[in-house]
Amino acid sequence: MSDISKNLDQVNLWQVLIQRRSVLFGVIVLLIISFFAIFAPWISSVDPGAIAVRSRLLPPGAEYWLGTDELGRDIFTRLIYAGRVSLTVGIGVAIISSIVGIIMGLVSGFFKRLDAPISRIIDAMMAFPDILLAISLVAVLGGSVVNVIIALSIVYAPRVARIVRASTLVIRELPYVEAARALSVGTPTILFSHILRNIMSPIIVQATFIFAYSMLSEAGLSFLGVGVDPSTPTWGTMISNGRQYIDVASWMIMCPGVAITLCVLSLQIAGDGLRDALDPKIAKNL
Amino acid sequence: MFIVLTLVFIIVRLAPGDPATLILGPDATPEQAIQLRENMGFNRPIMIQYVDFISSVAQGDLGSSIFFNQPVLSVLAERAEPSILLTLFSLGIAISIALPFGIASAYYRGTLLDQSSLTTAMLVASIPSFWTGLILQQYLGTELGWFPVSGYGEPGASFGQRAYHLLLPSLVLGIVNSALILRFTRASMLDVLTEDYVRTARSKGLSEVNVVLRQAFKNTLIPLATVIGLTFALLISGAVVTERVFNLPGIGSLVVGSVLRRDYPMIQGTLILVSGVYVLVNFLIDMIYLWIDPRVKY
Repeated sequence: MSDISKNLDQVNLWQVLIQRRSVLFGVIVLLIISFFAIFAPWISSVDPGAIAVRSRLLPPGAEYWLGTDELGRDIFTRLIYAGRVSLTVGIGVAIISSIVGIIMGLVSGFFKRLDAPISRIIDAMMAFPDILLAISLVAVLGGSVVNVIIALSIVYAPRVARIVRASTLVIRELPYVEAARALSVGTPTILFSHILRNIMSPIIVQATFIFAYSMLSEAGLSFLGVGVDPSTPTWGTMISNGRQYIDVASWMIMCPGVAITLCVLSLQIAGDGLRDALDPKIAKNL
Repeated sequence: MFIVLTLVFIIVRLAPGDPATLILGPDATPEQAIQLRENMGFNRPIMIQYVDFISSVAQGDLGSSIFFNQPVLSVLAERAEPSILLTLFSLGIAISIALPFGIASAYYRGTLLDQSSLTTAMLVASIPSFWTGLILQQYLGTELGWFPVSGYGEPGASFGQRAYHLLLPSLVLGIVNSALILRFTRASMLDVLTEDYVRTARSKGLSEVNVVLRQAFKNTLIPLATVIGLTFALLISGAVVTERVFNLPGIGSLVVGSVLRRDYPMIQGTLILVSGVYVLVNFLIDMIYLWIDPRVKY
């Protein structure tokens, strides 16, 4: 436990970055993709929805770096605008599901009476396959970026809650928590500054993976046509549109596919690296 | 399972606005909406709806689909075969890729083989399955003609024909989901290979194949059963998307169609059935623990 509960500030994140080249690669790729997404309107002056029927299905070239789609829209521009949606969903889901999961996990791990009911709810929520639950929630809530974030946060929060609960159960019994109680430190202070601080590492690692999974799930939902409103460019809808033109304009599905893969891959590499640095015990084998 | 049902009930009733108007669309007359509310029981108090819902599910009644005008259960039964076969085939493919590579990776730890299978596993887990599906469908199906591109064979096609149509989708889903099993096999093999009994087996002069496969591998079966249960859940999710890519008339296509048609009873029924199957699979895995390791007690 001592390894897992190692505090974040004990580990120099820069050292991790420099020592592990794969992590550095992951972080750099992510930064580049985020840069393009954040500064999309300045990088490309074209409107991502601008239709130019004369220049439809053009292959990648000097004028259109990544070619055009069936309506003559510039794929590069759409790609970077779509990156905004994917990254927003990823970050949003990672943050919201972590906060909800932390609260559920802390409460159920710390208060013995509430453990059974909360744990049953967590178990029940994990009985639904990810995409199926997300699809149903989006169907009920309606398709928009915010609703996709809410739906995926509901899907992933129980995962965080499980990890937080398990770690809280261990830390609750440690002498320093007992000492804090003996000094009549208030429960909220014990929960947040004594327990939560010491279990942040596995939460951060899990949040990185949730970031990656939710980007994949968002792409899946958009591909199925049950995600974000179809008029908003997303990597999933771009692949879905390109499907019909795969034999004449393969770049239509190649570009967004590579973008998703690069993003998810670099997040997974970064997550692995973080876990290796923060939880050396697990890192030994995985 | 009771909590699962309650959650399904809550999820479906989260829909903002009047369910009758949502189902009928904006063109419906107020009379139609009143009629539908009456039929579906939407006008009764929520607790009564809840009790009715639980008691009818307990009797095996999942309601009727609005679109198909048939009981939800019979629509699901018609669509179950491709989904069940797809999940089983892909699980088989995933295991047969992951086990040999996972074991070899642990045995030859730190070598090129180990590094490359880990890297490939990570890459494969990062690629969206529908994208791989579309690319393989184009190259292996359309261009090379090795596999049927989509569908589930002509109506009345033989089992062999239907299975042949599932080959490419299962391959896609199997490859994508092999990564998790591979990593777990490797990790648990690494743990086991340093155990005393493995050293003892070696010192007794047993062959390496015997040591690795009979002495060591047997002891990784419990974590493997767990991860195979996890993969099962991932496969169900993956199947929803893969069925759409390959136009398979399975439960995945059904649920996406129902969402687009706002067929709430159908969505509700599918959620209940699939989560029920998932709970059952986990129960079976717990039973398998007992069989693998007689020391495990519940």
